[in-house]
Amino acid sequence: MELKKPAMAGTTESGDVMVTLRPEAAGGITIDLTSDVEVLFGDSIRATVRQVLGEFGVENARVSLVDKGALDFVIRARLQCAVCRAAEIEFDWSREDN
Amino acid sequence: MENNQLMRTSLYAGGTSPVKMIQAGFYNEDCLVYDLEDSVSAGEKDAARFLVYNAIKYQRPAGKYILIRVNGIYSKELDADLEAAVRAQPDAIRIPKVEYAEEVVRIADKMTAIEKKAGLPEGGVKIWCNIESYLGVLNARQIASASSRVVAMALGAEDFTASMSAKRTKPGWEIFYARNAVLMACREAGISAQDAVFSDINDAEGLERDLEMTRTLGFDGKTCVHPRQIDQVNACFTPSAKEIRNARRVLEALEEAARNHTGVCVLDGGMVDKPMELRARTTLAKAEAAGIKWGGEEK
Repeated sequence: MELKKPAMAGTTESGDVMVTLRPEAAGGITIDLTSDVEVLFGDSIRATVRQVLGEFGVENARVSLVDKGALDFVIRARLQCAVCRAAEIEFDWSREDN
Repeated sequence: MENNQLMRTSLYAGGTSPVKMIQAGFYNEDCLVYDLEDSVSAGEKDAARFLVYNAIKYQRPAGKYILIRVNGIYSKELDADLEAAVRAQPDAIRIPKVEYAEEVVRIADKMTAIEKKAGLPEGGVKIWCNIESYLGVLNARQIASASSRVVAMALGAEDFTASMSAKRTKPGWEIFYARNAVLMACREAGISAQDAVFSDINDAEGLERDLEMTRTLGFDGKTCVHPRQIDQVNACFTPSAKEIRNARRVLEALEEAARNHTGVCVLDGGMVDKPMELRARTTLAKAEAAGIKWGGEEK
């Protein structure tokens, strides 16, 4: 999937994560993570980022996350939103069907 | 009421704030409503849809009846809301400002189409209709029986009074007819009747007076505007020990009369009739749903 423009989703409120997604021409996925819980959950957060981007087929992008203790479902939701905004697409909910 | 599920209290959690959505799962409300409508600004509708979908799919609070309030029937957001909401598999979706039965039929058909496409059980997600205008009140009977998915109707007093050019007051006489009309429509259709909110979160005495009206009329539950109202509203809809005792005595007297082939059942000098039996059974059903124990049996 092609990202057309930079996009953001989420907030810096407690329990949330602010995701900024920027298209890149090449170089794969780069993740910049700022989190108070990075030592404990950094690897898990990065894995979720890669998983969600993989589901959309995003191969090249820079992802910045300012994490305020977001649970996994929040990170997932914010990333899905940011990808759709960056790609300027409406989400196809049938992707969620088994 | 559906499967004896407790629906005494409903609390809205805005679909924009993860922390509020998570916190809402820890209060004592029976029904948690994730909101995509009024509490979400136009520019954040997409974000809220993703958040609510993922919250229910991956972080569903245990022991609660889960609803999603979707955007308005004629809004451009509704179709995407339904696509997400049906797939999230809440217990029900809550439709705002329902005015005609046909609106419910159209939405129920869309839900069925999504379920078929997604391979989900058909009819599993139910519908609550918010009645928030004079047209909704006038058409409440048809709305209540518009679809087998409809399991509850809730009166929205603020919008209703605005549609009537009426003034909203704490005694609530301006919504007295609407309350009764919605309630009777619910009773006719055999669905849950949910009363309007009491908006002043700092007036516990006012809420108590409002609840007296709510319960006297016969509602099954009420929407809360703040967590601090939940325990008070739950208590209003939970039978007291005295009410349970009286209900048991009524049923025991009826059983005794049946055993003795007595034509008339008498208790404390008065005749036990059908309405008394119905009230007694309703009281015990509510007590059982609330997990109240009696007679040494765990309910």
